[in-house]
Amino acid sequence: MNNDLLHSPPLTPGRVFRLSLVMALVLVFVGAVSLLLGTAEVSFGKFMALVSGTLDPQDPARLIILRIRLPRIILAGLAGFSLALGGVVFQALLRNPLADPFILGVSSGSAFGAIVGIILGFTFSFGVPLMSFAGALLAVYLVLALGTRKMGMESSTILLTGVILNAFFTAVIMFFISIVADSRLHTMLFWLYGDLSQSRYASLVILTPALIAASLILFSFAKELNLITTGEEIALQLGVDVEKAKKTCLVLVSLLIGLVVSFSGLIGFVGLIVPHLARMAFGSDHRLLVPVASLGGATFLIAADTLARVLISPSELPVGVITAFLGAPFFLYLLRARGSQWNRS
Amino acid sequence: MEPILRLKKVGFRYGSSWAVRGVDLDVFPGEMLGMLGPNGSGKTTLLKLLDGMLLPHDGEVLVHGKSMVDLKRGEVAKVVAMVAQENFFRFDFSVLEVVLMGRFPHLGRLQFEKGKDLRIAVNALRATHSLELSGRSIHELSGGEKQRVLLARALTQEPGVILLDEPTSFLDLKYKKEIFDLIAGLTQEKGLAVVVVSHDIDLVSQYCHRIVMLKQGSVHLAGTPDQVIAAASIEEVYECAVLVDRNPLTGKPRVSLKP
Repeated sequence: MNNDLLHSPPLTPGRVFRLSLVMALVLVFVGAVSLLLGTAEVSFGKFMALVSGTLDPQDPARLIILRIRLPRIILAGLAGFSLALGGVVFQALLRNPLADPFILGVSSGSAFGAIVGIILGFTFSFGVPLMSFAGALLAVYLVLALGTRKMGMESSTILLTGVILNAFFTAVIMFFISIVADSRLHTMLFWLYGDLSQSRYASLVILTPALIAASLILFSFAKELNLITTGEEIALQLGVDVEKAKKTCLVLVSLLIGLVVSFSGLIGFVGLIVPHLARMAFGSDHRLLVPVASLGGATFLIAADTLARVLISPSELPVGVITAFLGAPFFLYLLRARGSQWNRS
Repeated sequence: MEPILRLKKVGFRYGSSWAVRGVDLDVFPGEMLGMLGPNGSGKTTLLKLLDGMLLPHDGEVLVHGKSMVDLKRGEVAKVVAMVAQENFFRFDFSVLEVVLMGRFPHLGRLQFEKGKDLRIAVNALRATHSLELSGRSIHELSGGEKQRVLLARALTQEPGVILLDEPTSFLDLKYKKEIFDLIAGLTQEKGLAVVVVSHDIDLVSQYCHRIVMLKQGSVHLAGTPDQVIAAASIEEVYECAVLVDRNPLTGKPRVSLKP
């Protein structure tokens, strides 16, 4: 027997902090590399000059890095962070490792809300994200109401309900875009496959504080999430106020997804791939999983978006194409390899 | 002695049919209380009323004299622990992580388990002879091992009473004895109360200090094994002809089906 195991608890605040710090450093590194890559050549020397403040203010590299790439990378980071966190929380609450904001139809529900907001003439700084949040809540409500049986949730029913909701919302989105000629409405491509190129610092100022607040509160529910993954009744017996935990977490995740979708469109599978890898590497304790999967999601989406920018340069791919290329086979693999062991409620 | 749990004229119905009706029951520290009765007699419903999973439609449940209705789940979990019949872990946790979950009601929102919590968990693992399992994955355990680990988690809650719902239904003879020996030891050494629901009349008769026999949601008989386990009462409650004699080793009543 391993005696070390019993000298200190398996998870300490120090361990959470250290591993989160490592993930944050990886994130910063990937972000920095991504700043250097792109259609326009930016040399490492110019990049270092910019960082140290010695770059000529008129140099085009300054504009490319600060005005084009940086806001886009930050948005990719925030979106990846939120989508991965959304995946972690949905998977815990639904006790289903295949749950993800995109697969459950929550992302397309937000996009639907955002489009309705735009058509109604709401502002992009407040009304549209709010409608997007409402759309996410609507989708969460529908998935739970339609996908839940009396005896609890069955994995496949929930997923199927999500897939159908997704198809429905997508059709509604296409319908609206086809009949409404509004120049403010983004393209079909933006909504269906995501686009991070529209990022502006103004929108990041709205997103960042909301995401930080929501993820800190979600982190404070990590122990509850651990217990809920073992069954709601068991969580109750161990002292969890399950209703409160579920409601709070679902609302916060809807907020995260709603905000992110209204600024970045639909980007799928981040919430599936990243939490799964994080769980394989770090175990199932949500006090560790919540921070590392979120930071990993940010890194992952920055990397995916960088690929989207450089793969067919000077043209570029929608980032959702990259995540779907990776995510769809991953989903099928999980379904096949692990499906039988998960097919219990 | 003050009871840990007290049921006062408790009734519970599913829809319009009463599953439990007019039940008075006290659970005292240090006692091992067996609950017997045929399928549908209200055993599991009563257990859920005892741990507040269900709230009574009639009468009241008191936890250390306070009404269950007024207590938060966290407060109940410090007094009552439940070892459910079925436990399925969707995600992978180590045995130690599972047992430490028992500390949840004792920890603040942002608090992590400390050395003291770890000691309590390790003692619980030791008491259930499962310390050597602590690094294993919960998915790798056999039925008997898992049952011991879940009992360790219940102990880690440091409750006054542990409720067990058919703890041995999936276990073979050896593990049945092991679990019941364990529970009996806990009531003696730690002054814990244990309420155990079981279909195994002989096991309950051998180990429990007191037995409650339920019939159609009401207490048919309650008392020592000698008072409750008799051919007449078993035949009436289970509607099945039996012979009751004494176990030659323990002197406790023993039930055999009549061919």
